Amino acid sequence: MSIFVELFVEVNVVTKKKQYVTIKGTKDGLTLHLDDNCSYDDLLRELEEKLTVSEKIEPDSPLVSVHLKVGNRYLTPEQEEELRTLIRRTKNFVVSSIESNVLTKEEALEWKRKTEIVSVSKIVRSGQVLHVQGDLLLIGDVNPGGTVIAGGNIFILGALRGIAHAGYYGNKEAVIAASVMKPTQLRISDVMNRAPDYKTDEGNEMECAYIDEHNQIVVDRLQLLMHLRPNLTRLERRM
Amino acid sequence: MGEAIVITSGKGGVGKTTTTANVGTALAILGKRVCLVDTDIGLRNLDVVMGLENRIIYDLVDVVEGRCTVQKALVKDKRFDNHLYLLPAAQTSDKSAVTPEQMKQLVDELKQDYDYVLIDCPAGIEQGYRNAVAGADEAIVVTTPEVSAVRDADRIIGLLENEEHMKPPRLIINRIRGHMVKNGDMLDVDEIVMHLSIDLLGIIADDENVIKASNKGEPIVLDPNSKASIAYRNIARRILGESVPLLPLEEDRKGLFSKIKKLFGVH
Repeated sequence: MSIFVELFVEVNVVTKKKQYVTIKGTKDGLTLHLDDNCSYDDLLRELEEKLTVSEKIEPDSPLVSVHLKVGNRYLTPEQEEELRTLIRRTKNFVVSSIESNVLTKEEALEWKRKTEIVSVSKIVRSGQVLHVQGDLLLIGDVNPGGTVIAGGNIFILGALRGIAHAGYYGNKEAVIAASVMKPTQLRISDVMNRAPDYKTDEGNEMECAYIDEHNQIVVDRLQLLMHLRPNLTRLERRM
Repeated sequence: MGEAIVITSGKGGVGKTTTTANVGTALAILGKRVCLVDTDIGLRNLDVVMGLENRIIYDLVDVVEGRCTVQKALVKDKRFDNHLYLLPAAQTSDKSAVTPEQMKQLVDELKQDYDYVLIDCPAGIEQGYRNAVAGADEAIVVTTPEVSAVRDADRIIGLLENEEHMKPPRLIINRIRGHMVKNGDMLDVDEIVMHLSIDLLGIIADDENVIKASNKGEPIVLDPNSKASIAYRNIARRILGESVPLLPLEEDRKGLFSKIKKLFGVH
């Protein structure tokens, strides 16, 4: 009987001791771990308590950046804003980032769209535009007058004879690779490059285009990419 | 129930009308019942090339607007008893006189009576093109070995591939000049076919006699000795499903000396 009571007491103590807000100091500033099982209101209450209880700091002391970890809790933009203002109001803290393990479905889909490799098997002919959000893997050619656009990289297994625009939303790291590189124009992010006015009889086989350190589009051997853009190796999807 | 084939190219002046006239005539020679439909309303030519201009009484627009029946508007080519007919375009209106739906209805009606309905498409990709394509089951794209014509053919093929009711288009390369190809001054057949990557239906060498025959209103196919005539007949046979090898462009009637030179790679 007595053991039972003791056990009960101990459980009670543990739950009572369990804190919703844990503060940890790291070399980059403070990290606030916010519990993800309690209700949002409880969390707010305890956060306010915790931050106001501790000792007063001089008003002109420097701002401390705070990293919020909210675990498996989804915060709406309004809630995020609420937390930010609460923390800013009570202490000389400023929230530098909020990290949550949870994504909304739309965010997840958007993320997928932007990072997935879309494979398309067709010939992009004159007057046609093929536009994908993520990386494009084209199994076919781009004929003169045809355009391919991708938010990420463009890989063409056939011949590129039209226009290719990689990194459409401003990604300067994006690359364009083609088995036969004879484009009329290459565009990466906001940089543009066009074919020379004279005709060359060079091989132009297995080549890639990227933006170099001078902010110019350069065309070179495909094999160089592994050194220039090691990020292209993705056994798992990149973040 | 026949088959409707549209002959198109995008670019003007590559030989759509000549091809329509000759392939149609060749199919008629091979014993098929053929109806040629000119959809180039306002700029009709097919009747002239066929030599049927002065027999036109009613035209396509008259049929569509219900002023006469199709049968009444069809012009019979007397050279091929009951095998070849022409539905001429109107010369007085323009492309907007007909809608794609009306064209489809008309072509469907013609398909009941004929083995092949060949539709001569106007140049361009606007209303005239849409009218011509609406009723077709199949398309033949005509191009010449010029970069601009190939570019337009590519555009047209792209549009045709979006037409779900149609089979994949096939290609005719017209007016090839063997010696220019040999000297590298003209795109060669392989290059064009690889670029457009559709099936090749036939190639036709450049031949002055084609122009002469057109001016006389007699399709070149009627002259059995011309090379272009054989090429058109071969195309007709391929449409019927026969497998006919392509004609060589340059006859090898050179002397021993040039053969030896060739052997050593001296041209």
